[in-house]
Amino acid sequence: MKTKAVIDDLAELETTWADPPGWMGVISAVNHKTISCRFMVATFAFFVAGGLLALLIRLQLALPSATFLSAEKYNQIFTMHGTTMMFLFAVPVMQAIAIYLVPLMIGARSVAFPRMNAFAFWIFLFGGVMLYVAFFFDRGPDTGWFAYVPLSSFKYSPGKGVDFWAQMITFTEVSAMMEAIVLITTILKMRAPGMSLARMPLFVWGVLVTSVMVLFALPAVVLASTALITDRLVDTRFYAPEHGGDVLLWQHLFWFFGHPEVYLIFIPPLGFISSIVATFARRPIVGYRAMVIALIATGFLAFGLWVHHMFATDLPPLGKIFFTAASLMIALPTAVQIFCWIATLWSGRLWLRTPLLFILGFFAILLLGGLTGLMLASVPLDLQLHDTYFVVAHLHYVLLGGAVFPLFGAFYYWFPKFTGRMLSETLGRWQFGLFFIAFNVAFFPMHILGLQGMPRRVYTYPADAGWTGLNLLSSIGALGIAVSVLLFIINVMRSWRGGALAGADPWSAGTLEWSVASPPPSANFNVVPVVHALDPLWEPPASPSHVTGLSTRYREILITSIVDADLDHRLWLPASTPWPFIAAIATTILFIGSIFSPWAVVWAMLPVAAACTLWFWPERGMTEQRAATEVAP
Amino acid sequence: MSDYYAAAIIRGNARHVALAIACLLLETAAPLPSHAQTAIGAQNAVHPGGIQAAHILQLWNGTLALCLLVFVAVLGACLIAVWRAPRGTGTTEPDVGAPGAREQRLLRAVRWSAIFAAAGLISLLAGNIFTGRALAELPAENALRIELHGHSWWWEARYHDPLTAQRFATANELHLPVGRAAIITMHSDDVIHSLWVPNLHGKLDLIPGRTTEIRLRADHAGLYRGQCAEFCGLQHTMMALLVVADPPTEYARWAERQTRQAPQPPGGSIVQHGQQIFLHQCAQCHAINTPPAGAATIGPDLTHLASRQTIAAGMLPNKRGYLAGWIVDAPSIKPGVQMPAIKLAPDDLQALLAYLETLL
Amino acid sequence: MIPRQPDDALDVKHLPTFAFGTRSPMWWGTLGMIVVEGMVFALTIMAYFYLRSRSPVWPQDSLPPDLLWGTVNVILMLASGVPNWWTKRAAEQLDLLRVRIGMAICGLFGVASLLVRIAEFNTLNVRWDASAYGSVVWMLMGLHTTHLLTDTYDSIVLGVLMWAGPLEGKRFVDVAENAGYWYFVVVSWLAVYAVVFWGARV
Repeated sequence: MKTKAVIDDLAELETTWADPPGWMGVISAVNHKTISCRFMVATFAFFVAGGLLALLIRLQLALPSATFLSAEKYNQIFTMHGTTMMFLFAVPVMQAIAIYLVPLMIGARSVAFPRMNAFAFWIFLFGGVMLYVAFFFDRGPDTGWFAYVPLSSFKYSPGKGVDFWAQMITFTEVSAMMEAIVLITTILKMRAPGMSLARMPLFVWGVLVTSVMVLFALPAVVLASTALITDRLVDTRFYAPEHGGDVLLWQHLFWFFGHPEVYLIFIPPLGFISSIVATFARRPIVGYRAMVIALIATGFLAFGLWVHHMFATDLPPLGKIFFTAASLMIALPTAVQIFCWIATLWSGRLWLRTPLLFILGFFAILLLGGLTGLMLASVPLDLQLHDTYFVVAHLHYVLLGGAVFPLFGAFYYWFPKFTGRMLSETLGRWQFGLFFIAFNVAFFPMHILGLQGMPRRVYTYPADAGWTGLNLLSSIGALGIAVSVLLFIINVMRSWRGGALAGADPWSAGTLEWSVASPPPSANFNVVPVVHALDPLWEPPASPSHVTGLSTRYREILITSIVDADLDHRLWLPASTPWPFIAAIATTILFIGSIFSPWAVVWAMLPVAAACTLWFWPERGMTEQRAATEVAP
Repeated sequence: MSDYYAAAIIRGNARHVALAIACLLLETAAPLPSHAQTAIGAQNAVHPGGIQAAHILQLWNGTLALCLLVFVAVLGACLIAVWRAPRGTGTTEPDVGAPGAREQRLLRAVRWSAIFAAAGLISLLAGNIFTGRALAELPAENALRIELHGHSWWWEARYHDPLTAQRFATANELHLPVGRAAIITMHSDDVIHSLWVPNLHGKLDLIPGRTTEIRLRADHAGLYRGQCAEFCGLQHTMMALLVVADPPTEYARWAERQTRQAPQPPGGSIVQHGQQIFLHQCAQCHAINTPPAGAATIGPDLTHLASRQTIAAGMLPNKRGYLAGWIVDAPSIKPGVQMPAIKLAPDDLQALLAYLETLL
Repeated sequence: MIPRQPDDALDVKHLPTFAFGTRSPMWWGTLGMIVVEGMVFALTIMAYFYLRSRSPVWPQDSLPPDLLWGTVNVILMLASGVPNWWTKRAAEQLDLLRVRIGMAICGLFGVASLLVRIAEFNTLNVRWDASAYGSVVWMLMGLHTTHLLTDTYDSIVLGVLMWAGPLEGKRFVDVAENAGYWYFVVVSWLAVYAVVFWGARV
C-alpha cells in the first residue's frame, strides 16, 4: 500500500513533466514523447503523400504512350516522390522513433536538450510544408531528388522549384543535425546508473552510430545545397564549367552525403530488428559484441562508397575500383548481423507475431536488394544497369526491405507502448501478407525491365519496346501496396481507442521501456532504475535497484559517466516554453525569404537572433530557486 | 491514317492536304506520340551485338549465379531456422543463462559464414577487375572516330575516319561497320546526358566542361536503339538514337554517301521552291552542306535527312506525314523543344517536303 | 521490476547540480556543433583544392588576396586566445568578477576581429561571381564570418548576462563552453587563412 507522501510525489512528478493544456501546450510542449509523436505522425503523413505520388507514377507507366500525366507534371511528381521519401520520411521517421524510445530504453526521464528537440521538429515540419505548398502551386522542383547540375542551375531551371527544393534541404538538414546532437548527448550522458555501454540495447547503439554519421554526412549536403542556392541566386560559379566551376563537384558533395544517408535510413531499423528478434525468439541476440562492431563498421564504411553513384562519369578507372571494393566490403558487417539474427532464431523459441513476420519479410527482401547492390558495385555491370529500372528495383528493395518492413514491425511492436492499446493481430497479418506479395509484384519486374533497356525517369515508353507487360504488372503491385498501407491506417484508427489494452509489457520483453506503464507517465520513470545487466527485465532484481533523491518539483535528471554510467551530477531541464516554436517561425521566415532575396539573410537574421536570445535568457524566479539549492562540483 | 494523308499530299489536293494535316496534328498533337518502330530486343543488355556488351553479359551471368546461390543459402537458413525452432509465447521464460557450448557453436557458424561471404565478395571483385580490363583492352588500331555532342534533346555526330580521311556530320542515327572498333568522344553543350546503346556497351555520361570517351565495336549487323540515360529535363524520355551496324561494304557505301554534298535542285522545280523555303525558314538552325569541320548548329544537320529512318531523335518514323506534322508544329509533339512551330501554306509545305526528300 | 524497499535505493541528493568539461551535456552539444561546422569547413577547403586541381591557372583570372588584413586577423585571434583561456579558468573556479572582466575583453576582441574582417573582404581582389575561385574564396570567408559573428554575439549576450543576472552555477559552465567554442573559431580561421591567402600563392 502506498503512503500519501508517495502518492503526492507521483502526482507532483506528473504535473512537473506534463505538457500545458490547450494551444499553449501545442506550441510550448518540450516533452520528448509529445514531440516524437507529432514527428512520427508528420513523417507518416509525408510517407502517404509520397506513396500517392508513386501511384500517380505507376498509373502513368502502366500502359505505353499514356497521356494521363504530361511530361512536365510527371517530372515534378517523380521529383517530389523521391524527395518526400528520402528527406521528409525515411531519415526523419527514424530520428522521431529514436527520440521516443531512447530515453525509455536507457532509463532517462528526457532527452538532453528538450528545447532543441522541439525546435528540430518544428523546423522539419515547416520545411516539408513549404515544399508541398510550392508543389501545389505548380512551383515544385522537377529535376529529380538529387538535382544534378547543370540541369538544376538557373539557366536550365529558371523557376523557383529548385530553390524550394534546396531550401527544404536546409530546413531538414538543420533538423537532422540537431536531433543527432540531442541523441548523442542523451545516449552518452543520461543512461541510468549501471547501464554501461556493454549493457546498452542494440537499438541504442544503432541510434548512436547513426547520429554520429549524421554529423559527418549532413555537412556535405549543407555545402552542396548552399552552393547551389548561391549559384542560382547571386551568380556564384561553383558548378559552372564556363567560369571555372565543375559539374561533378555537385555529384561528389551530394553523394558524399547521399550514400551515408541510405545508411542513416538502414541502421536504425537494424536496431528495430535486434529488439524484435530478441523478444520473439525469447533470448538475447547471439553475438552482442559482433553486432556492435558490425554497426560501427557499417557506419564507418558507408563514407567510402559515394563514387559508386558516379561510375558512368569520366573518373579514373583505378579510383572506381577502390569504390567497388569498398561497396562490396560493406556487405560483410551486414552479413554478420544477418547471420547473428538467424543464429538467434535458430536457437530461440519462436513467438510468431506480426512484428516478427515483418522482420522475416525484411530477410527476404533486403537480402535480394543487397545482392543486387553487389551487382551494381561492379563497374562494368553498373555501366549497363545505372540509371535504369534495375536501380529503381534495387533501391526499393533495400529501402522498403531494409527500412519500411522493419518500420512496420516496429510500429506493431511499440504501438502498445505509445498508446496503451494493441494493434489487431489479424489485420496485421493481412497487411503483412498483402504488402509482401504486392511489393514483389511491383518491384521485381523492374529488374528485368532495366536489363531489357528501360531507362529511369521516363514519363512513357514505346509500345514496341516489349516493356508493357511488366510495367502493367508493376502498377498492379503498386495498387496492392496502397491497399496494404490502407489496412495499416485502418488498423491504427480502430486500435487507437478500441484496441485491446496492452498493459506495461504485453510482449514480456527485456528492455527498460517495458517496465513503465503504456503509455508512459510524463516523467517516463516514476522511479529511475539502476541497471545490472543487458535486458534488465529478464534478469533477477539486484541491489541497489533504483535511484532516490531526484526532485519531483522540477524537471531534474541524472547525468552519468560515458562508459560505465557511474553517477556524476544532476541537472534541471527546462520546462515547457514557446521559444523553440517562435524561433522556428523566425528561422522559417529567414530560410524562405532568402529564396527570394539575398538581403533576407541580413534582415531576417534579426528576429532569429532575438528569438534565440530570449530562448536562452534565464528566468529570474527559476534561477533564484536553483541558485538556492545548487551544489557545486 | 498515315496512308490517307500521304496519298492526299501526293495528289496535291489542297483541301485534302489541310484535312490530312489537321488529322495528323490531332493524332500527333496528343502530348505523347508513339516512337519509331523497332524490334523488341533492339535496346537490350542481354542480347549483345558487340564484344563490350558480351563481356559485361558474361560478368552478369557469373555474378547472377553467385548471388542466386547466396540468396538460396541465406534465406534457406532463415526459413529452416523458423521452421525447426520450437514455438514459444510471451510466457516462455527468456533464455538468459550464461552462454555455454551452444553459444560457442552458433558463433562459430557465424564466423564461418562470414568467411564464406568474404570469399564470395573477393571473387566478385576479381571478376570485376578482369572484366574491366577486358573492356579497356578493346583493340582499337584504325578505329573509327566519332565526336558526339549531346544537346537537349538530340544527338549531333561528327565522323572522322582515319583510314579513308572521310569527315561528315549527321544527327540521331549512327552507322558502325561490323567488326571495327569505334572511339566515340563525347561533349555536352548544355546539361548532362548519357549515351546508352545497351546491345553494344554500358553507358557513359556526356558532361559539360569535360570530354568523355567510350570505345565499342559492333560484331553483329543489325539495328540497335539507344536512349539518353541521364535525366536531362522535360523531354529526356524522347532523346533516342539509332545505331545501325552495317557489314563493311554497306558501311562504306553509307559513309561515302554521307560525304557527298546535297544535290542542287533544277531551276524552277518544286524542289527548288522547297529549297528557297528551307533557306528562309530553316537554315538559321539547320545546316545543309556545311564544310566537314562544321559550324555548330542549333538543330541537327539535315544534309542527309532522307537517309535516316527516324526523326525527332528516334521519336517518329521518317515518313512524309510525320515529317510534315513535325515541321508544322514540333512543340505540340515534343513540348519544350527548341524548334518552333512553322506556319506554312500547304503548297509551300509540299515543296519543302519534296526538297527534303532529295537529301539522301 | 519496480522495487520499493528504501534500503535498495541509490541516493543522489548529494550530487552536484552542474559540472564542467566532458562531464557536462553542454560540452557534448558544443562538440557536436564543432564537428558539423568543422566538416563544412573541411569540405569547402576540399572543394577549393578540387576546383584548383581542375583549373589550369589559379587564381582564375584574379590577383591573390592582399595579405595585410588577413594576417592582422591571425595575430588578433591568436592573441584573443589569452583572455579566452583566462576567462575559462575563471569560470571553472566560479570567480564571478574575473569572469565579468574576461567576457568584456573577449567581446571586444570579437568586435575587433569583425572590423578587420570588413577590411579583409574589401581587399580580397575578387568578386564572388567572377569565377569559381572567387565563389569558393567568398564561401570560405563567408562561413567563417558567420561563425565569428554568431560567436561574438553569443559572447556579448553571455557577458551581459554575467553582469546583469539572473545568475546560477550553470552559467559558469556556459562561459566555459563559450570559451571552448571560441578556440574552434580561432583554429578554423587559421585553416581558412592558410587556404585563402596562401593557397592562391603556393
